[in-house]
Amino acid sequence: MAGGIFTQARHVIAVDGVSLSVPAGSVLGVVGESGCGKSTLARLILGLMAPTSGDTLVHGQSLASLDRKARARLIQPVFQDPFSSLNPRQTIQEIVSLPLVAQGTYKREEIVKLTADILDRVGISRVMATRLPSELSGGQRQRVAIARALVIKPKVVVCDEPTSALDVSVQAQILNLLSDLRRDFNLTYLFISHNLAVIEHIASTVAVMYLGRIVEMNETDALFRNPRHPYTRALLESVLTPDPSLGIPDVGLGDVIPDPSNIPPGCRFHPRCRIAVDRCRHEAPKPAGGDGRMVECHLATPDSPLQLVGGQYAQA
Amino acid sequence: MSTPLLDIEDLSITFGEKTAAVRGASFQIGRGETHCIVGESGCGKSVSALAIMNLLVRSAKRTAKRLSFAGEDLLGMDERKMARIRGNRMAMIFQEPMTSLNPAYTIGSQLTESYRRHKRAPQSEAVERAVKLMGRVGITAPEIRLGQFPHQLSGGLRQRVMIAMALMCEPELLIADEPTTALDVTVQAQILRLLNELKDEFGLSILLITHDLGVVARVADHVSVMYAGEVVERASAAQLFADPQHPYTRGLLSCIPVPGRLDRDKPLGSIPGVVPQIAVGFGGCAFRSRCSFADGECAGQIPSQTATAGHTYLCRLTPASQRERATA
Repeated sequence: MAGGIFTQARHVIAVDGVSLSVPAGSVLGVVGESGCGKSTLARLILGLMAPTSGDTLVHGQSLASLDRKARARLIQPVFQDPFSSLNPRQTIQEIVSLPLVAQGTYKREEIVKLTADILDRVGISRVMATRLPSELSGGQRQRVAIARALVIKPKVVVCDEPTSALDVSVQAQILNLLSDLRRDFNLTYLFISHNLAVIEHIASTVAVMYLGRIVEMNETDALFRNPRHPYTRALLESVLTPDPSLGIPDVGLGDVIPDPSNIPPGCRFHPRCRIAVDRCRHEAPKPAGGDGRMVECHLATPDSPLQLVGGQYAQA
Repeated sequence: MSTPLLDIEDLSITFGEKTAAVRGASFQIGRGETHCIVGESGCGKSVSALAIMNLLVRSAKRTAKRLSFAGEDLLGMDERKMARIRGNRMAMIFQEPMTSLNPAYTIGSQLTESYRRHKRAPQSEAVERAVKLMGRVGITAPEIRLGQFPHQLSGGLRQRVMIAMALMCEPELLIADEPTTALDVTVQAQILRLLNELKDEFGLSILLITHDLGVVARVADHVSVMYAGEVVERASAAQLFADPQHPYTRGLLSCIPVPGRLDRDKPLGSIPGVVPQIAVGFGGCAFRSRCSFADGECAGQIPSQTATAGHTYLCRLTPASQRERATA
């Protein structure tokens, strides 16, 4: 799938040839930094943007062939900012009922019951349901956003940094809630986050994005144990664990800033890569692997175990 | 410690009649030290920083037993004298570089402004220093940046500009409020490394405000943990992570997912409930509504306990008694 946005006269390819396959009931974590295209990917999958080419299929059904209401029954979002994703002038009840009301096919009593049930399930009381978003905390608002996404019983939920704007203690509550709901409702998540530890906790498979492409994908445990792409390694080495005996890691990425409107030739990561060789500057690597496991790098290490020693990855 | 650079005792900040944002907080920062204030939303950490610089809104009232910088009292200082310290001997960098840099002025003019004012230096000297500092903080092509506007730079570059700006007048104290929260994790590591290097090179003291315990562990010499306006625990970084005493600190540490150390089938530690709004006149422990070890007596006076030298916390219970209650 490729999605582009136009900025003045320049064409930005924000998502460039991304292919994903997510088994039902699993969680695909997507990690990457600013400019990698993960938010654009989320919008493409949700149907908020039309792809320049490619398609999304849910249970074999092409989203492009569905109208907005049918798409809404299959895929729902939970966004990052609990302050701007809820209509400040509607009550919690009204906000959460809206997906049902918009379908036009639900009876009033059904709407009332489904709304009450889901609010109860996410931990929002009857009293809070009559309030406005401004009267709730960030964590409570995010619960409302989750309730709104689930009231219509979709198959897939696209979570775009759902806990990044929340305090650490609240983040944990929301992540636990999301895990429980996935099990109870047999949901499939596409979970986008820049926080690797959160991803490791909730995802079964992880895809690492860089400047519009997936550069590595693997089962979560395997990826964290044995990151094969140099970018994945740098990313993991940058995470600051609460260990006062370690200092600040120097991951050797240099000062070049990844710019999606100016993608380097050859391997798009080569200007920042510690181990880049001549071939990397001219020849774009092809994805190697299959079946939910791949890496796109001329120099990717074979599938051998690595150790995390003093905050850096090394051959075991 | 020998005369601390920043010495604050019993700082209280109220907004209007009703809200007590900070209640009796004390901090001491020595020369060449990095002190982190860590806490979540509403704990009063950002407001404390603004109080030090006397940048609070007019409706806020700050009081303290002592608020001094390099031996000089800041509480009673008139605004003219304070203005000579602000941006000069004491500088601040904020979380969102896009909103703290003026979008309508060039990088160059924003960098040179405080230097020209405080040092009464000519433009050429200020520009020379700006270029030198931009190079030092890792900004490529500094001469070109002089004429650029904030929106032309990435988040990481803007934050480097803010750091350069703060260093223009060679401050003794740098107050950084969540300086890396809005940045990518790889850029965060670079910026924090930079701050550490500059600290050694310029003999800076750094007051770093953050909610991220990972950052605290890696950069702090000393830590103050704040909750609902109070410093609930204070220790060296080594002490805090090796032996946290206060239930809130321990709860917070258990919430953090750490890569490689996760048990995916177990839920993450979390602290139930939300941070309360504290009204003026509130008594007892602010954490008691969310604490698994609290009882009726926690509504009364809470003592400050000492775990070891330099490690104090505000709780009636020791970790041993907390453990007893947990198993009971």
